[in-house]
Amino acid sequence: MMTTLLPTKFGIYGGQFVPETLMPALIELEHAFVDAQKDPAFRREYEGLLASFVGRPTPLTYAKRLSEKLGGAQIYLKREDLAHTGAHKINNALGQALLVKRMGKKRVVAETGAGQHGVASATAAALLGLDCVVYMGVVDIARQEPNVFRMKLLGAEVHPVTSGTQTLKDAINEAIRDWVTNVSDTHYLLGSALGPHPYPTIVREFQSVIGIEAREQMLRDVGRLPDAVIACVGGGSNAIGVFSGFVDDKHVELIGVEAGGSGIASGKHAARFGDATKARVGVIHGTRTYVLQDEDGQIAETHSISAGLDYAAVGPEHAMLRDNERAFYTSATDEEALSAFQILCHIEGIIPALESSHAVAEVIKRAPKMRKDQVILVNLSGRGDKDLNTVIKELGIRN
Amino acid sequence: MNRIENAFKNKPIFMPYFPLGYPDLDTSIDVIEVLAKNGADLIEVGLSFSDPLADGPVIQKATQVALEKGITIKKSLAAVAELRKRGVTIPFILMGYFNPMLAFGLEKFVHDAREAGADGFIIPDLPLEEAGEFQTLVGDLPLIQMLAPTSPNERMESIARHAKGFIYLVSVTGVTGARTTISDGLGDLINRVREHAKQSVPVCVGFGIGTPEQARQVGALADGVIVGSACVKTIGESQDPIEAARKFAKSFRDALRQLDL
Repeated sequence: MMTTLLPTKFGIYGGQFVPETLMPALIELEHAFVDAQKDPAFRREYEGLLASFVGRPTPLTYAKRLSEKLGGAQIYLKREDLAHTGAHKINNALGQALLVKRMGKKRVVAETGAGQHGVASATAAALLGLDCVVYMGVVDIARQEPNVFRMKLLGAEVHPVTSGTQTLKDAINEAIRDWVTNVSDTHYLLGSALGPHPYPTIVREFQSVIGIEAREQMLRDVGRLPDAVIACVGGGSNAIGVFSGFVDDKHVELIGVEAGGSGIASGKHAARFGDATKARVGVIHGTRTYVLQDEDGQIAETHSISAGLDYAAVGPEHAMLRDNERAFYTSATDEEALSAFQILCHIEGIIPALESSHAVAEVIKRAPKMRKDQVILVNLSGRGDKDLNTVIKELGIRN
Repeated sequence: MNRIENAFKNKPIFMPYFPLGYPDLDTSIDVIEVLAKNGADLIEVGLSFSDPLADGPVIQKATQVALEKGITIKKSLAAVAELRKRGVTIPFILMGYFNPMLAFGLEKFVHDAREAGADGFIIPDLPLEEAGEFQTLVGDLPLIQMLAPTSPNERMESIARHAKGFIYLVSVTGVTGARTTISDGLGDLINRVREHAKQSVPVCVGFGIGTPEQARQVGALADGVIVGSACVKTIGESQDPIEAARKFAKSFRDALRQLDL
């Protein structure tokens, strides 16, 4: 047994369930990451780019009208939608791309569901002079078309994935197949807090900037910590990023919102924690976690209006946080997310991503039951421009 | 002498892979029987999974068909038992991904596999680091260890130390599937593995071997030759899969027999 520099598991979750061919690459990546974390020059470069290129810190916005309308808790939005490329994904993509330079590799492959991670990867690759190939299911290509154009404009090659369910899960399969073939010069730029160790740890660390900033901003601007922090959870990178800032503040409730799709009872959803009939602890894409699957262990088809939450497994650290009850997980349906999307557009002047709209939907359920002196922080993980086609179709808006 | 050791008496051995349930369950059982009776020394019996991330297009498609036709672990193990009932005595190594085994229950899976007449396991997404739990359950049935061109020396040594049955050496970085040529560095790679395996277990080579001629080239260097995608494609695309299996096995057997002096 080889020793690793960092723990490979979160409780019983996580691990490194990958073919032998990839094990040396994971070990190399872990070493590069640990090394970089200790290197002030690396931190300077990363933090410099977060400020000058991404536009960090992203603002904390008081949602005054939404708070008044709901009549309960005061609501603050952490504006990851204002980060360059329009979502939190850039924080991790830039960090990993800098690691790629450090490892001397020249090519990155990435998976994408909503396209936000694909755009972030293409952007980081363009900035740092790397070749970039993005795998994307054809179902997602159809519903996130603007992001496909953006990736191509940024110089990335977009490979349509036609295998399996043709969504995020299959894009990850294809990205891993490319990586295992070209591992000597290629890095897999995984976009969520998923996959084999060290990815869940690396992605959390690069996304922890959200939580660190948000905590400082709460203390500075509001004078106190929030009572609850709410974020949507697909693989769970934006949620783990914001949660990590508050996980040691035991009185702050952490709430993750999964995709309830057409409702848990319909079976058409991506609520890994919400459906005891289909979700069991299993192994997918290199990690042990809660996985939606059938009784024979075949990975289940999932459904969500938001491509970024439409995935059968959840990041392993979330599985641990759920088991030890440090975080609480719930879900919002497509309909609830769409309604939250519209409300935020109308009364705050912000068009949120459909993924982030799931977090807003939970705010709408929860805030009215809270006192006016209580505070909710919601991580607005991305902006919704990419979702206009979907929303126009769903709502039947005409010119 | 167990069935695996017995199979390696005349090296190099021929080890085809075929998934149960493809193109349908009955045909796959017949195909495996015919492969066994026409020159296969050991068969890797494929268990299907919805997300086979180490497999190329041919095996992806075949296992997808098998799943659509309703293959399960339970049916696969019953098929192995049926093959034993038909008098097939060569070793069967069950090759599949970890999640369906977990869902079936690891202890029950190992128990039922043993009862059915399986001789070992290959689990591509269970590297040494994660194999502990499974290793404690299998007893004398080997969990075949894989090595890759990317494995550094110290890893080879550590993995070879745990190896039982044989070592599965992946000849190229990548997914399963035939390649047009055998990589130039394969001889050196095999020698490096042998050095670390210290002759304790045979070294078999898989990934990328598609023709009898390639099998002969690899067989001159290794103790066994694993042929997956080419076997699945040739038999799966044939109008007469049984006859195709017979011809396929014979052609590889004949190519390797030239080396079997």
